[in-house]
Amino acid sequence: MNEQASILIIAIPLLVSVLNIPIGLLKRSLCYPLTVFTTLSCVYLSFVIADTVINTGNISYHVGGWEPPWGIEVAIDHLNAYMLVIISFVSFVVSIYAKNSIEKELLPDRIIYFYTIYLLLVTGLLGILVTGDLFNLFVFLEIASLAGYALVAIGEDKAPLATFNYIIMGTIGACFYLLGVGYLYIVTGTLNIADLTRLLPALYHSKVVLAAFAFFVVGVAIKIALFPLHTWLPDAYTHAPSTVSAFVAATMTKVGAYVMIRVMFTVFEPNFTLNALPTTEILGWVASAAMIFGCIMALAQTDLKRMLAYILVAEVGYIVMGVSVGNRAGFTGSVLHILNDSFMMVSLFFVAGAIMYKEGHRNIKNLSNLHKKMPVTMGCFIIAAISMVGVPPTAGFFSKWYLIHGAINAQKWFFVAFLLLSSLMVAAAFFRIIQNIFFQPSESHTTHEEPVRDEVPCSMLLPIVVMSISLLVIGFFSGQIIDSLIQHAVPKGF
Amino acid sequence: MVSRYENVIIETVSRLLIPAMQLFGLYVIAHGHGSPGGGFQGGCILAASFILMVIAYDIKEAKSRMSENLNTILCCAGVFIYGGIGLLCVILGGNFLDYSVLHKVLPVDPVKARYMGIFGVEIGVGIAVMAVMVSIFLNIASGGEHEGAMK
Amino acid sequence: MDTMDFIIGKYNYWVYIVLMMIGFYAMIAKNNFAKKLVGMNIFQTAIILFFISTSSKTGGATIPIIQAGMDKAHQYINPLPHVLMLTAIVVMVSTFGVALAVLIMIYRRYKTLEEDEIMAILKMEKQI
Repeated sequence: MNEQASILIIAIPLLVSVLNIPIGLLKRSLCYPLTVFTTLSCVYLSFVIADTVINTGNISYHVGGWEPPWGIEVAIDHLNAYMLVIISFVSFVVSIYAKNSIEKELLPDRIIYFYTIYLLLVTGLLGILVTGDLFNLFVFLEIASLAGYALVAIGEDKAPLATFNYIIMGTIGACFYLLGVGYLYIVTGTLNIADLTRLLPALYHSKVVLAAFAFFVVGVAIKIALFPLHTWLPDAYTHAPSTVSAFVAATMTKVGAYVMIRVMFTVFEPNFTLNALPTTEILGWVASAAMIFGCIMALAQTDLKRMLAYILVAEVGYIVMGVSVGNRAGFTGSVLHILNDSFMMVSLFFVAGAIMYKEGHRNIKNLSNLHKKMPVTMGCFIIAAISMVGVPPTAGFFSKWYLIHGAINAQKWFFVAFLLLSSLMVAAAFFRIIQNIFFQPSESHTTHEEPVRDEVPCSMLLPIVVMSISLLVIGFFSGQIIDSLIQHAVPKGF
Repeated sequence: MVSRYENVIIETVSRLLIPAMQLFGLYVIAHGHGSPGGGFQGGCILAASFILMVIAYDIKEAKSRMSENLNTILCCAGVFIYGGIGLLCVILGGNFLDYSVLHKVLPVDPVKARYMGIFGVEIGVGIAVMAVMVSIFLNIASGGEHEGAMK
Repeated sequence: MDTMDFIIGKYNYWVYIVLMMIGFYAMIAKNNFAKKLVGMNIFQTAIILFFISTSSKTGGATIPIIQAGMDKAHQYINPLPHVLMLTAIVVMVSTFGVALAVLIMIYRRYKTLEEDEIMAILKMEKQI
């Protein structure tokens, strides 16, 4: 069982996702428990994998019994194991949350297909993480993206238009990635990541390898919505159903960041990435621009989900900036920020979904007195918001601390300034909402009746509370997380 | 919406052609693991025969042969056969998709079991490709009006 | 002479780049969403052409189907890019299918696929 866990974690969601349709056609209410149970088993398997990696070292699993590099390899090291735990945990929590939210927002006959495509998306994301083969990574990337397109498209009125832009941009990104794979295949004749790591250093002078690297970086930058290529993200994530926004915002860009780290520091050596081309310099400045631009745009929004989407653009900037400074602290900060940001994004989008569920809108200006109606939800919102700003006991502080530390070590004083400035603007954006909720007198209700306490159903409230508490817990345990997983994931030479 | 346009020549020719196409599709699937061909190609040929039926007759006629639910279930069945064979190998003690362990359930030696395993996977792929191609075509040809389509 | 070699000797790369840029142009410059989609398809097809062309070998190598009397690897072209592109074609078809479905949804909502007309409709709705 233990040695098979690394393949079962993608085989089980794939099989259950197709089982969902016949079962759902028989009895629709069975889809939800089946999905929750599947994602729960993914969480269990991811813990098994993480445990194996921590105690016995890297896993290499040969699909079909064929030896790599001829066969397909499933290769898991500390970084994969860490990402697997995050993604499977988030998918589990989101699947619990999904029931009431999508029943409210979707047409009834779409619900079976929602669960099917949701599990396909989980399969794709977990597949990207476990695979040790560049072309398989492309296939899983496309499975995840296609499932993402379909899930975004079933959203509200303007969703199809946003999805179309997403499809065009996403396909360009995937095609660039595929071209990069092709160029590397021409010069090395292999697609296995471990094999490429071994063969590439002799070829670093080749222009084909440089072109491949450039294609990889640009392709993945589109997928993770790095600043000038982010245009598809805000529309798509605003108009998607709330559950989908929460899941996609928390996972897709993070997995894309994982692919970027994998390509930059495993397929290519850190030495090459940092010195051959001024890639990291450019990425650092682009990421700084993303931090500032995302926050400015977030301040200008009145739609809560749209504001969160722009903050996500800024958060992607943080992650890429940490990678680009090229030292141990910055890298640790980036990898830790992947965890924190996915948890914060899930909580915030959950709250946005809860407000949609009860109020039917998400306009920032009409949120007054919500703390009396939904005290628990709003409490969780505040925890997530201060974590996003980076206030000490919460998780967000620690990753930002490492990021700033990394930037200072690399003597990139502008990045430090941009990071602090952007944190300040995130604070402004969130305190604007908090002020609207707590201190603004309600305009619509001129009568003095007290708002009644009216929380969302338990299946939605529980995930919100769990995610907010876990933000505090991660904050306290970030030292252990770094010691047991992240510090082993830092590439050699940092 | 594709509506029926009666034409004796087209209907007669397609009535003759469709069984031959389907037989050829099955041939391509069945020979996929030993020679050129396979699930993708055979599935596409099977789907093409069905699409020809929609073009020559109309969607209602085609749907009386294969309902939307049956088509959806075939999609799932195809993927499930593929993944199920992989999982069966895991249950029998091999790696995922390591067909040679199938000799424990099939009355053949491990080498032959590998051959049979690939054949099973090709059948699954063929069914899935056919059903997916047909459902893409029906959904788009009917402009989404088709029952069970995206509304 | 070197320039000619550079162009003619690597003609497969030139064809793929030209095709890709045609697709890219259509995706950026065309006003109609369906044409953008066709551009996307050309873009992906160019990449498939690129992969397939890299599998060829000089010296009369033939398609990778085992024939009697030919048992050396150099007598066959490289089958791996073909297999990879089989998967990439499946990805391409699925993307195209999803995109067409989305286009149908857009058409039903706005009754047009022209980008400027849809923008005008959106602008009008915002004012109301």
